[in-house]
Amino acid sequence: MDREETRRDWRARVADRVLPFAGIAALLVVWDLSIRTGRFPLLPGPLAVARAIVELARKGFLVKHVVASLFRVTWGYLLAVAVGVPLGIALAWYRRGGLALAPLVELVRPISALAWIPLAILWFGVGDLSAIFIIFVASSLPLVVSAMAAVGNVSSVHWNAGRNFGLTPAEIARRVLLPAILPRLLVGLRLSLGIAWLVVVAAEMIAVNSGLGFLIIDARNAGNRYDLVVAGMVLIGAIGVGLDAAMRRIETLPALRWGYADSAAEAA
Amino acid sequence: MIPAPDAAAQRAKLSMRGLRMTFPAEGSEIRVLEDIDLEVREGEFVCILGPSGCGKSTLLNVVAGFLPPTAGSVRIDGEEVHGPDSRRIFVFQERGVFPWLTVEGNIGFGLGRLDRRERERRIAHYVKLVGLSGFERAYPHELSGGMKQRVEVARALAVDPDMLYLDEPFGALDSITRLVMRAELLRIWQAERKTILFVTHDIEESVQLADRVVVMSARPARIRRIVPIDLPHPRDLSSRRYLELRDGIFEEIGLAHKI
Amino acid sequence: MRWRRLEPVVLPLAAGALLVAVWQAAVKGTGTTVFPSPGAVGKGLAELARKGLLFAYVRDSLLRVAAGFGVALAIGIPLGIFLGWQPAAARAANPVIQFLRPISPLAWIPVAIVLFGVNDTAATFLIFLGSLFPILVAAMNGVRGVPAIYRQAGRNFGLSRRALVARVVFPAALPELIGGIRIALGIAWLVVVAAEMIAVNSGLGYLVIDSRNAGKRYDLVVAAMVLIGVIGLALNVAVSRLARLRALRWGFRAEGA
Repeated sequence: MDREETRRDWRARVADRVLPFAGIAALLVVWDLSIRTGRFPLLPGPLAVARAIVELARKGFLVKHVVASLFRVTWGYLLAVAVGVPLGIALAWYRRGGLALAPLVELVRPISALAWIPLAILWFGVGDLSAIFIIFVASSLPLVVSAMAAVGNVSSVHWNAGRNFGLTPAEIARRVLLPAILPRLLVGLRLSLGIAWLVVVAAEMIAVNSGLGFLIIDARNAGNRYDLVVAGMVLIGAIGVGLDAAMRRIETLPALRWGYADSAAEAA
Repeated sequence: MIPAPDAAAQRAKLSMRGLRMTFPAEGSEIRVLEDIDLEVREGEFVCILGPSGCGKSTLLNVVAGFLPPTAGSVRIDGEEVHGPDSRRIFVFQERGVFPWLTVEGNIGFGLGRLDRRERERRIAHYVKLVGLSGFERAYPHELSGGMKQRVEVARALAVDPDMLYLDEPFGALDSITRLVMRAELLRIWQAERKTILFVTHDIEESVQLADRVVVMSARPARIRRIVPIDLPHPRDLSSRRYLELRDGIFEEIGLAHKI
Repeated sequence: MRWRRLEPVVLPLAAGALLVAVWQAAVKGTGTTVFPSPGAVGKGLAELARKGLLFAYVRDSLLRVAAGFGVALAIGIPLGIFLGWQPAAARAANPVIQFLRPISPLAWIPVAIVLFGVNDTAATFLIFLGSLFPILVAAMNGVRGVPAIYRQAGRNFGLSRRALVARVVFPAALPELIGGIRIALGIAWLVVVAAEMIAVNSGLGYLVIDSRNAGKRYDLVVAAMVLIGVIGLALNVAVSRLARLRALRWGFRAEGA
């Protein structure tokens, strides 16, 4: 009985390690095979893409484009956090303010970042500022909603306890509200960063001349270099995963681990 | 003129007069509390007993100042209650401790105005008093339900309030832990002699703890009867007087005695 | 006391009116000739309605959304349920999903054009890509999150595997799934507008780009943006209403809107 169990255990552990790679491997194989059928003469296979990435690295473009995209995301996202989070908290704190402005936020949110391009160009011209503005718009609105929801989820018991101990509103905001919303807010921050990354690529397709989004369009326009196009996509995916993973790390910091336990208890 | 009763001895710490609480609902209104008149003396342990949903928690919230009453008044030491106050701390039913603070952090929550040494002294005293020595640096999610409630009681006591309001504080605990916590609460009460208002739906609990049991009706809640419990502590749970008092309340509520 | 009940309606309207007033004042004040005033936008909308373009463009955008979103539902829900049910498959598929997700549908444009040409199918493909992942992930997580006790109860009552999925697992996963559908619909609407800017020549996205390029008609640009916002909001509200049906309300404990 014991040996059976350890064998099953061992198999399960191996499977755990192997499976994630199996998925990616399967994707690569399917991709490679479908290109080999010759049905899509223009599209590259995995090896061609790998070679293209190396080419970009050698020519120094890899760093240039990645840094350009990250630069725009950083600025747009940080601005969005600086504006969106306080605004969201304020809207949730002042009931009337929230009632008045939340619907307006919901009205503006569905407007795709790209639909802002003509206005962005009108106000900021073609260039980095436009791209940053577009990223800002796209990521700030979900942050406002996220922050509002986080505040709304603070247990009334905690509000009341804060009042009970004679705290001023400012103290309640600092010592009860901010710590209490932190776990949910971090999730919202992570999702918004994902949106920012998604949008930077789109913004770059139109308004600038560096960055991964630009690379994708330019590679196609300038010579049908679809291997570079897909290389760009791969890089976008990889960096996106990296950003998401980094944010998740922050969410699981020991000082914040109570957030998991708390919401697990809630869900129970 | 009729001479006033001995004011000092009889002066109520807490007095509720004509309390009424109604909530607006779809179209009409829901009457939760009606005609509550009650006085609580200093140092008393009063239990408010009633079935779940009858409004006793609402009553406690009104007394604590979290809800303004629709009519009537609550006075403490003669002053009308307008809002929550750190002289009367509310111990919530569950999950009232702040999950982002350690045990120490929670207990010291209301002590911000004290200097550091006094703060630390008090925190240490109350950690010991509630029996959580060794867990000062633990976070609530690492503690059991009973321990979390102890943290909350310690937090309440640390600011040296005049009154404690407890809203079914042991409701989420298993019955064994509940017995332990009741004994602990009595021990602490006898050590610190606060005035306590304790809401519960558990008849036994009320007879075990209280000096007086205020039996509430179902919604809209009124006071059915106030039962003085004249048993000295520690109370023998098999003594005849205890059983008499307990059964009396059973009858008052109209519960069958056999299952 | 009556005021309080009207507040959720009155306050936003008041805020909106205030915004429009500020907008009007800003346009007048800066004397800009390019940026439209609220009145100009209103006239632009009327012009579009007169020319029949208003209805046609809105319809075209909605049809594209319906197509792409529909395919995403048809593929995403069954696939998500399967992945949620088979944790091994989920573990294999997860890295693939996590990797593909951050790639904006717009980054797929060149590939889409190669595969489908410059036409509606390419745009629909982009919408499909955008809406697939939220639905897939929500279905997966919804199924995975079904408490084991529900499954045990189902088996206890002798349900076959098929019946178990249909009568226990799927309903239990439904709230989470609807959350994902709501997100996916929002994304679909974002993507259709963006896709139309690039790959086709009708629809609200096209209107935004074309109005600028063909004659700096910023009044039409803003008019188009207003329409996009309003319809997007309407779609969101529609799905929220769906989620609030009593049959599903159990799944949304502390949800606001």
